[in-house]
Amino acid sequence: MDFKLTKQQKLTRNIARDFARHELEPFAQEWDEKMEFPREAIAKMRSLGFMGICIPQEYGGCGLDTVCYVLTIEELAKACASTAIIVGVHNSMGAYPIYLLGTDAQKKKYLSGLAAGKKLGAFALTEPNAGSDPVSMETTAEQQGKSYILNGTKTFITNGGTSDIVIVMAYTDRSKRGKGITAFIVEKKFKGFTAGPKENKLGIRASDTCELIFENCPVPATNVLGPFGGGLNAALEALNLGRVGVAAQALGVARRAMEACVTYSRERKQFGRPIADFQAIQWAIADMATEIEAARGLIFKAATLKDQGASFATEGAMAKLYASEVAMRTATKAVQIHGGYGCMKDYAVERCFRDAKVIEIYEGTSEIQRLIIARDVMR
Amino acid sequence: MKGLRIIVTVKQVPDTADVKIDPKTNSLMREGIPSILNPEDKNAVEAALCLKQQHGGTIIAITMGPPQAEEVLGEVLAMGADQGVLLTDRAFAGSDTLITAFTLSRAIMKLGKYDLILCGRQAIDGDTAQVGPQLAGFLELPQVTYAEHISIEKGNAVVRRGLEDSTEWVRVKLPTLVTVTAAVNAPRYPMLYNVEAACDGSRIIIWGAQELKVPETMLGLNASPTGVKKIFEPERKKKGQIITGDPKDMTGILIDKLQELNML
Ligand SMILES: Cc1cc2nc3c(=O)[nH]c(=O)nc-3n(C[C@H](O)[C@H](O)[C@H](O)COP(=O)(O)OP(=O)(O)OC[C@H]3O[C@@H](n4cnc5c(N)ncnc54)[C@H](O)[C@@H]3O)c2cc1C
Repeated sequence: MDFKLTKQQKLTRNIARDFARHELEPFAQEWDEKMEFPREAIAKMRSLGFMGICIPQEYGGCGLDTVCYVLTIEELAKACASTAIIVGVHNSMGAYPIYLLGTDAQKKKYLSGLAAGKKLGAFALTEPNAGSDPVSMETTAEQQGKSYILNGTKTFITNGGTSDIVIVMAYTDRSKRGKGITAFIVEKKFKGFTAGPKENKLGIRASDTCELIFENCPVPATNVLGPFGGGLNAALEALNLGRVGVAAQALGVARRAMEACVTYSRERKQFGRPIADFQAIQWAIADMATEIEAARGLIFKAATLKDQGASFATEGAMAKLYASEVAMRTATKAVQIHGGYGCMKDYAVERCFRDAKVIEIYEGTSEIQRLIIARDVMR
Repeated sequence: MKGLRIIVTVKQVPDTADVKIDPKTNSLMREGIPSILNPEDKNAVEAALCLKQQHGGTIIAITMGPPQAEEVLGEVLAMGADQGVLLTDRAFAGSDTLITAFTLSRAIMKLGKYDLILCGRQAIDGDTAQVGPQLAGFLELPQVTYAEHISIEKGNAVVRRGLEDSTEWVRVKLPTLVTVTAAVNAPRYPMLYNVEAACDGSRIIIWGAQELKVPETMLGLNASPTGVKKIFEPERKKKGQIITGDPKDMTGILIDKLQELNML
């Protein structure tokens, strides 16, 4: 076993770190406050390759491995968790399903644009009445000649307003329940497809989360993604990778919160000495560091399994569950260590605290991750 | 002209302006500090990339250092350079600026013809600004230091030099060596698109003392005439004072201060 990063992985991490430090970190607080989509930063990232990290070069991507992907997301998230999810959803939930399941024609038409960053991707599974239980979704796709007519509403969709291409799950045969859901590649410009206003959220505020509304929206039959009736599987497959990315996002947030504590506790003096001298603070930071390292181990394990072509669904769920809860614990403790200042928007830990909560919920709540893990362990 | 052949010298340095000094050994304490591409070398790479965009050609980046210095070549390749050369050998260890420049010059001679050599003005870990000029010396090239702007016109480099109290325009025939400051440009980010190709090993040449055909007596610590006598942290200058308020009050305070210091 070798815990060393490869040359590619190291270079990727350094590029992401350098970019995040200069192009995200100085603005993250303002974007969060104003709920502002980081348009300029994303534009730069599009041309640098951040939008096609694992997609092979023949489709316009970078051809890097999954470890490179998680390292990138971690570094972005450390500076701005919102940007990390914009990039993460695009890569893992927008581009990856087309790479995995798309026909040659679909790859040519859609994947190359996504991987080269010309188009932004999104993924729409959740509905007002179908969150953890996607089978209860209500969106339908009815065949009409060479098209399917989409009707329904998706909710809480990341990149909802800004994306050009959305992978949408809809019932093509409700009687078949889970096996009657089909995935579609839907272009924003298709008739009858609109995005609602940006949600005003607790955390991850710079990413735009919207409702997507389909009113008699015709989608060509050639845009069915993957096997007919295989939409739920496609979604779960995408979520497997998505979750490893979200775990890396959580890791970035946790690291940011911990590093803020190291700096702050050395500077803040009470009772005549830096609060870093108090063992209570040292132990809190020691626990943070230990949990962060454990989370990193789970994430690298899941990513490495994927790169080796092995199944990684359970490990991915473990990584997402553990890392997001570590982010939440670390951020909570970090606010505590900062005292009153930790409640102020001027301090990054305040944002980490709000962002971590959201990370425990999307791409499957902690409860759903436990369900996935238990199912596998108790099989 | 069939495009320019540009050589850029780059160095891996510790990522901080205030590395600690070990008071016992008088040396820089580098452990645990991440390494980066020296900032002004990045400017030199960017200058090379801009010239390549205008005139076509190839860019070869060269570095001397321990094996891990290959990392900065990866970064430079990901920025868009075409080839990297790593000079690494135990025999090179402990080289001062003169011997570093000598070793680089031998490698550059081995690389063959070139039009332009670009160097960062100085490295943040030593701040000597000597290697560029010394390299020009060994290669018997004209040199232009402190470049803030470079263009190539009809076989000449036209360079604006940023001096302490003035600027100077210089026209010099190619081939030449130019050292650049941070004012010359804003370097681009390396591209993730280029990472795979930058790391597959096909674009980096590794040379040691043998390949350069230089006897070990002319290399490394023993050949280096410079000895470091003492290293110390400069005393921090007193902080300036910023006067605030409305212009009238500020002017009053300023005049009082200047009179106090017998400067008016
Ligand atoms: C910022 C943000 C971005 C998002 N982006 C996207 C996106 O891009 N695409 C997309 O499709 N969705 C997206 N979502 C939706 C997200 O995935 C869902 O919110 C999440 O899956 C939970 O669904 P729900 O909100 O309907 O909660 P519910 O499913 O109603 O859950 C409510 C509570 O019940 C618990 N619960 C539910 N079922 C069980 C069970 N069987 N056992 C134990 N506990 C259970 C849950 O864990 C939770 O605590 C996003 C959400 C947010 C907040």
